Amino acid sequence: MKELEYPFDAEQILQKKKKLRRQLLESGAQFTDKRIAILGGSTTNDIKLILELFLLDYGIRPIFYESEYNQWYQDAMFENTELETFAPDIIYIHTTNRNITTYPCLSDDAKTVDDMIAGEMEKFQSVWKHLAETYHCPVIQNNFEMPYYRLLGNRDASDIHGAVNFLTRLNMEFYVYAQTHENFYICDINYISADYGLKKWADPFYYHMYKYALSVPAIPYLALNVANIIKSLFGKNKKGFVLDLDNTLWGGVIGDDGPENIVLGPEESEGQAYLEFQRYIRRHKELGIILCVDSKNEEENALLGLKHSDGALRPEDFVMITANWEPKDRNFREIADSLGLLPESLVFVDDNPAERHIVTEQIKGVRAPEIRTVHEYIGVIDRSGFFETTVLSKDDLKRNEMYKENVERKKLQESFADYHEYLLSLEMKAVIKGFEPVYMARIAQLTNKSNQFNLTTKRYTQAEIESVAEDDRYITLYGKLLDRFGDNGVVSVVIGRVEGEICHVDLWIMSCRVLKRDMEFAMMDALIKKCMERGVKKIRGYYYPTAKNAMVREFYALQGFTKVSEDEAGNTEWVFTIPRKYANKTDVIKVEG
Amino acid sequence: MTREEIYAKLNEVFQDVFDDDTITVNDATTADDIEDWDSLEHINLIVAVENAFGVKFNMGQVNGMKNVGEMVDIIQEKV
Repeated sequence: MKELEYPFDAEQILQKKKKLRRQLLESGAQFTDKRIAILGGSTTNDIKLILELFLLDYGIRPIFYESEYNQWYQDAMFENTELETFAPDIIYIHTTNRNITTYPCLSDDAKTVDDMIAGEMEKFQSVWKHLAETYHCPVIQNNFEMPYYRLLGNRDASDIHGAVNFLTRLNMEFYVYAQTHENFYICDINYISADYGLKKWADPFYYHMYKYALSVPAIPYLALNVANIIKSLFGKNKKGFVLDLDNTLWGGVIGDDGPENIVLGPEESEGQAYLEFQRYIRRHKELGIILCVDSKNEEENALLGLKHSDGALRPEDFVMITANWEPKDRNFREIADSLGLLPESLVFVDDNPAERHIVTEQIKGVRAPEIRTVHEYIGVIDRSGFFETTVLSKDDLKRNEMYKENVERKKLQESFADYHEYLLSLEMKAVIKGFEPVYMARIAQLTNKSNQFNLTTKRYTQAEIESVAEDDRYITLYGKLLDRFGDNGVVSVVIGRVEGEICHVDLWIMSCRVLKRDMEFAMMDALIKKCMERGVKKIRGYYYPTAKNAMVREFYALQGFTKVSEDEAGNTEWVFTIPRKYANKTDVIKVEG
Repeated sequence: MTREEIYAKLNEVFQDVFDDDTITVNDATTADDIEDWDSLEHINLIVAVENAFGVKFNMGQVNGMKNVGEMVDIIQEKV
């Protein structure tokens, strides 16, 4: 929703929040319901209401538990049947420097101050541990914003008695905990408040009047950040950039001006700003963010621009470079298709409002930030939080390579007339086994990220995945696929629940980057093998339609299942009777199991 | 700014904050007259009014307002 896209008008969001909420709920979007507990150390009412808007905009419909005023500690630590029944998917602890019990006095010695730090840490850590043990869900914890005043002036930062020093030390301790504990995430209000302007953020008017620890007009900025962490945890991050060239990655029009005259490089101010932007974009590769080009240009000119000696980006940094005179929305769709990604998982970066308009109008859900002028590009994109990083997996770091390999595979495919021959030429090997500890995080991530090749769209937390893996009633399978171009990592997950002689397929997902590689048949072969070992006679499959999973509507038919029922909503049930002698469905993948 | 002009703008603010296009306020309007006007919503109203008129209220003024008329008095003084 335009009103909620950064840079937004915070006052308008606050003033019109009821109307915005209504519009979001009536938009016809499909929502995932999530239960979110807010444990506050100050008033949280509007934080909750504005957070709801941002989450709805991300397709997450929150159901809230909100602690009574400043009851965060009691709610977390003491018996709380209400919260237990609520069973949160996420807990957000909104504490601030207003919740520090005691600050050092000038007469305190170093040991006393150390003890005070340890005391605060013990309080917080006991809460985090207790929550992790009781609720097994991700916890988002504010760090501390800097204090509103500095008794010692600038010395407050370096002196052990200074509040600035004290809060900085506590923040460092919080980070150590975050680095050493899973499912624990810092909401960096220290940065957000600085970015907003601490003087305005901490305006004491709002605390004295309403016990808000931050000024009310700052709430949308906090809420956006919390929403970004939450949507990231539920796999709703964007996956790549689709970038324009002229006046986006360099100044000027390369087709008219020639490569020697485009504005790029350290020689003058604007060129320097474009260079800095190129560096910023390039760094996203480290995060596994895919880079593509969608430009109205001759391809030859596009490449000349990307080979400019003063640029930071090179043609090989991009997974796809599309430069032609077709409408940009058409190219955009084609890029998404060839990568096997949903178009809305790509962010469109273009300086031209008309191009942004056509892409966002034609393709629902695509974000095209209003990047303004070149020195503002980074600021707008960065604060939008498209790629909020909650977990850094090795797979993420390799993703760019993997998509590039896919483009190579496509080239190879074009050289084969027979598809089966092509598949054989890929020399595919798969590892298909029951869930193993090293892959639990990746498996949980996949269940939350896969939307298209997902039969039941059932989401699992890591804790749930671990418990399913240990439970004898379940057959679990993960599939990892390698080929001559590289390792695709874990790309498919199946969970079957065995009841008597029937195995119910609760979950069947596959990453779209391995579509049409017969991996789904290799998985079925493996599932049937496991079923036969356990004396299972029949497999029941379920398909529940969503806005995104139409591609697997006939999945079970393709696998040789028979449809047994279909309701008005299009939910279908399928059955497969395992024959005494089963012949594997695919011979193009060598399976190790 | 005349009182009428202030009221025209103020009505828009109230309609937005309470998401009800039928609301019109006058000198005598108080929190009792508008269903959703509770203490938590009051803060939003204050922020929205401040923003709409480019004014800032102090704590004494916010605490002392008995009705919308008194709010308009303060706005009139400030703009």
